[in-house]
Amino acid sequence: MPLAQTATTVPVVVNDDLCIADKGCTVCVDVCPLDVLRIVEKEDGKKTAYMKYDECWYCMPCEADCPTDAVTVNLPYLLK
Amino acid sequence: MDEILDGLTQIDCDILIIGGGTAGPMAALKAKRKNPEANVVLLDKANVKRSGAISMGMDGLNNSVIPGYATPEQYTKEITIANDGICDQAAVYRYAQECYGIIQELDSFGIRFQKDQNGEYDVKKVHHIGTYVLPMPNGDTVKKALYRQLRKARINIINRFMATRLLTGEGRVAGAICVNTRSAEFLVVRAKAVIMGLGAAGRLGLPTSGYLYGTYENASNSGEGYAMAYHAGAGLANLECYQINPLIKDYNGPACAYVAGPMGGYTANAQGERFIECDYWSGQMMQEFYDELQGGKGPVYLKLNHLAEETVAEIERVLHIVERPTRGHFHEGRGTDYRKQMIEMHISEIGFCSGHSASGVFVDEHARTTIPGLYAAGDMANVPHNYMLGAFTNGAFAGMDAAVFIADVDHANFDMGEVDAERTRVLAPTKRDDGIPPNQIEYKTRRLVNDYLQPPKVTAKMELAQKRFEEVRDDMESGMFVRDAHELMRALEASTILDCAEMAAAASMYRTESRWGLYHNRVEYERDDENWFCHTILTKGEDGKPAHKKQDVKPYVVEIAEDEKDAYANQRVGSSSSVAAE
Ligand SMILES: Cc1cc2nc3c(=O)[nH]c(=O)nc-3n(C[C@H](O)[C@H](O)[C@H](O)COP(=O)(O)OP(=O)(O)OC[C@H]3O[C@@H](n4cnc5c(N)ncnc54)[C@H](O)[C@@H]3O)c2cc1C
Ligand code: SF4
Ligand code: SF4
Repeated sequence: MPLAQTATTVPVVVNDDLCIADKGCTVCVDVCPLDVLRIVEKEDGKKTAYMKYDECWYCMPCEADCPTDAVTVNLPYLLK
Repeated sequence: MDEILDGLTQIDCDILIIGGGTAGPMAALKAKRKNPEANVVLLDKANVKRSGAISMGMDGLNNSVIPGYATPEQYTKEITIANDGICDQAAVYRYAQECYGIIQELDSFGIRFQKDQNGEYDVKKVHHIGTYVLPMPNGDTVKKALYRQLRKARINIINRFMATRLLTGEGRVAGAICVNTRSAEFLVVRAKAVIMGLGAAGRLGLPTSGYLYGTYENASNSGEGYAMAYHAGAGLANLECYQINPLIKDYNGPACAYVAGPMGGYTANAQGERFIECDYWSGQMMQEFYDELQGGKGPVYLKLNHLAEETVAEIERVLHIVERPTRGHFHEGRGTDYRKQMIEMHISEIGFCSGHSASGVFVDEHARTTIPGLYAAGDMANVPHNYMLGAFTNGAFAGMDAAVFIADVDHANFDMGEVDAERTRVLAPTKRDDGIPPNQIEYKTRRLVNDYLQPPKVTAKMELAQKRFEEVRDDMESGMFVRDAHELMRALEASTILDCAEMAAAASMYRTESRWGLYHNRVEYERDDENWFCHTILTKGEDGKPAHKKQDVKPYVVEIAEDEKDAYANQRVGSSSSVAAE
């Protein structure tokens, strides 16, 4: 039973111009109770946080604790 | 990160506390204070800094017993009545006596509680009879303040390890098996005492939005506390007394009558009429809510649009920044404004939770479970309606008792075969080349919970549920498939959720009466005090399936007069001669 590639829109967005993951920041990844954020290397070689898994309680520690205000928590589309 | 690694480490400690949300941190602090030599480990699936129901903060203490406003006797009586009489009062009474001390301690941590002009605590009336709700103007600081105390007390914190099974030996607890949520490596913790504070089983029913994580409870609380206690052989009490809450529809957060009620807000039907006398959450109140939704006068709403601008602004200030701060975004997105429209409400998915109802692992007034050395506190322990202050206070009881318990015992021996068996079970989904992903197993289980277990409860439907759960279990055990360590955490949660669903069905089938309003409304049966004025205790039977027994309610500490017993039964406006909420 092979797996499908169904797309899903994620509620949490990171502004990668503001994100300082390159300098070693992982605050949002560290605090998320559902552990759904990760750091990824972009095409230009710089790093940014992003939402890897669509499993969000829209609780907001990621946004509240980000030192550069790079994170915005939106409501998941299904309940918006 | 997330790559599946092969590894197993073993550590020893005196007291292992699983769950660093609300009850857990307080248990750790108290244990360490009572026995500074003790090696106390606090372990959490998430990060203790921001984990659990109070991750972002709390709006207030829902059930505080403050001298001058209420006595322990009054509180014990109110909760006994609200819980339809099924209550071992000793635990509630001890909580009521000692929670004031915990408030003062939280105050000393820097968590402020609302005071009036005279510097007295400004307690509000929300319950049917007494006055117990204490607002927290800086409720957003609660988790940070707790974390500071944990660091100061040098508690060993282990984050991102998910406990999956308890270890027992020599007739008592021996430790726990845990799995790293980002690498799948195992950690076996040997402990002389274990305190469980893993919160509610919050991912049991499926929210109406269909979003698996759009739950009332913090979605990381998937019910491992219940499943672990079950597999270890502990008794679980009154699981049929589900948690069901009145919430903002779709958003699925509290409405929240406890904040808005004292300021003049209330629950109304589509005509804007109040239909329940008291907005305090109880099964009887939820039954009225359900009847209104079904009866043609729904939907049900939170009504604030009759209030003065400054009152609405104050309600917004509290509700939109502390407990569930995305709530403001939600209303903005919908174009709803408390000043103009009423806000649509709905009933939540079902769950197990003693914080809000009474379904939990059986404990006494020392937070002891039926297994020596194993404690439980907070939402997962069956002290009825214990909310946040109950989690703190009963967590404190557990910590203090465990600190004494460990003085006279060494680590219990356990069978290493149990660890091997657990490794095989946990890792099975990583050994396949393809199969069913955990989110589909979980979705199907929870959809079946909604279809067949949600009250009103019908025997034939619950039997169908049991049959379908067995099919899902076969699929899960033979075909669940994960690609990384994160998915493995979800797979383990899916298996917990299925365990809880099976317990919910079995417990509901066993109690052949109706009780607790909507929570256990079994349409074929009336309330039956003669046969069912008792606890039901569920354990894992010899055949690996749930076994049941009745257990007497202990003689009351605080007597309840005949004419007081039904105070919560008459919730509908105009139906009773009892005390109105405001
Ligand atoms: C939205 C909301 C609003 C509320 N509002 C109020 C209020 O205003 N006033 C009030 O008095 N009460 C309120 N409550 C109730 C109160 O917050 C809870 O009763 C209380 O916080 C429960 O504490 P706990 O320690 O049992 O669980 P939690 O604080 O939720 O902690 C459980 C912990 O266990 C961890 N965990 C779960 N599974 C595992 C595992 N397998 N391994 C390791 N760790 C695990 C979790 O990560 C979490 O840290 C509210 C609850 C919610 C959900
Ligand atoms: S906390 Fe903010 S700055 Fe840090 S990694 Fe996350 S988004 Fe980037
Ligand atoms: S809102 Fe909560 S669950 Fe969602 S990404 Fe942020 S911290 Fe994680």
